[in-house]
Amino acid sequence: MSACLEIRDLSAVLPNGHRVLRSVSLSVQPGEVRALVGESGAGKTMIGKAVLGVLPSSVRIVEGDMLLEGEDLGKLQPKARRTLIGARTALIPQGPLTALNPSRRIGSQMTDRLVRILGWSGEKADTRIRQLLDEVQIRDPDRVLKSYPHELSGGMRQRVLIAAAFAAEPRLIVADEPTTALDVTVQKQILRLIVQLQREHGTAILFVTHDLGVVAKISQKVSVLYAGKVVEEADTAALFAAPQHPYTRALMAATPRYTDPFASLKPVDEAVLAGLAAEIAAADQVWRRPHG
Amino acid sequence: MDEGRARRRAVSPRLWLAGGWLLLALLAAIFAPLVAPQDPLAQDLMLERLPPFWMNGAEPGYWLGTDSLGRDLLSRLIFGGRIAFIVAFAAAIAACLVGSTLGLIAGYFGGWADRIISRIVDVWMAFPPVLFAILLVAVLGTGLSSVILAIAIIDWTRFCRVIRAETMGQSRMDYVENARTAGYGRIGIMLREVLPNVVPSIVALLSLEMGIAVIVEAILSFVNLSISTDDPTWGGIIAEGRLSIHQAWWVLVFPLVTLILTVLSFSQFGEALKTRFDPVLR
Repeated sequence: MSACLEIRDLSAVLPNGHRVLRSVSLSVQPGEVRALVGESGAGKTMIGKAVLGVLPSSVRIVEGDMLLEGEDLGKLQPKARRTLIGARTALIPQGPLTALNPSRRIGSQMTDRLVRILGWSGEKADTRIRQLLDEVQIRDPDRVLKSYPHELSGGMRQRVLIAAAFAAEPRLIVADEPTTALDVTVQKQILRLIVQLQREHGTAILFVTHDLGVVAKISQKVSVLYAGKVVEEADTAALFAAPQHPYTRALMAATPRYTDPFASLKPVDEAVLAGLAAEIAAADQVWRRPHG
Repeated sequence: MDEGRARRRAVSPRLWLAGGWLLLALLAAIFAPLVAPQDPLAQDLMLERLPPFWMNGAEPGYWLGTDSLGRDLLSRLIFGGRIAFIVAFAAAIAACLVGSTLGLIAGYFGGWADRIISRIVDVWMAFPPVLFAILLVAVLGTGLSSVILAIAIIDWTRFCRVIRAETMGQSRMDYVENARTAGYGRIGIMLREVLPNVVPSIVALLSLEMGIAVIVEAILSFVNLSISTDDPTWGGIIAEGRLSIHQAWWVLVFPLVTLILTVLSFSQFGEALKTRFDPVLR
């Protein structure tokens, strides 16, 4: 069985030549949750955007392949690529505030995609949306479908976005910090919902987050990212049991613990950062050679 | 929620006053031949410079008095409103269509489209607007359509600048990226996702622009460059009133008040409409 998503040696640069992704390789098997962890600016969101084909115009992919269910995205015409990505993937975005169009009702926003892009009948789309709203435990679908986004709470909006993402039965969902903007109690519910829907629908998820606690709860595989480079990759259980890379260990040590609320937060150690800088410089040396 | 709905239904006094005046003036203009007490062009030197109704020497049927040729001021204002409103609607809509379209394109697509459109706007804005209007009418020839065309040609930049900025802000929102991920085309996203969010601004600007068009038309007729001199226009009446300000102040004051109320109402109406059109504000 081919991987749901396979990324091989993906490198991307800014116009000034600065590398934002450094030969990233990772794969997501069907029905698997792969977490992408890293601090802000590590390029984890960039990978999600690259997969969905919505990189900012200033970022250019210079090397590497992305295969979506065995189809090489780089070899497709832009239009065919858009269609393929639109049909097989979906996004659960970060900000429930800005991810819904403020001037359109929830219902039309949710069904629009099924009807216009996937060619469903309006009735079928409506039934499907209601079924999904039920799955995300929205008990008054009529009111929600008629609402404008600002009339719903952040948690409700995130539920709507999750329902919308699963509605078209995508094979792969990119979840870009879907719980970061929510408060902790709501975060928990939303996370549980994502896991539940993911299991029921057998969808693969590329889960972008900076929260190791979330990683432990939701994923089977983890890639730890630093400065656009995958520094460690492992099964989630193995990673938490025995982190190999010093950076991963430092990240784990930096996670605040509820058991000891008065302990001061630990930043990542200087020596670890120096080691990372050396590692990245070495990688760039190797990379530059064939490109001159 | 219910409170919010109730507040939304309670129309603000601003909307009432502005909308009421505009409706009154518009209806009077549309049904001018029926409501005007006198023929606006009929001269009668026996009735020259009659004062308004509350002053000594006023004649019944000439409510706001007459000008130096004995023409009824109220009737002239009502008929002048016809031209004012035609110009306001036609010129503002034309400027809005051109400006908003270009602004949407510049703001959404950015890059070369934005650079070209923005440079044109910069050059355009460097012309003094009223002189530009006078120049345009002088070239195009006087007449209703020239006035409308001149105002549209000058003022589309107002729409273009604001809509461009609004569109740029909206285009950076996540919902636009979301739509791109889902596979919508660029133009589809521009029209279905971005446009509805800039409509409140377009509506407010449109109403504001109508007020501006009324002023520009008045200025053009003040300098005798609007339509033919026979038909009464607000600017024309003001120009005549200015000559007899010491003998008959009302010929200057009433058209001025009409003009100010109308322009003010247009701008206030636009603001009030904007809040009603905006799903977040209302």
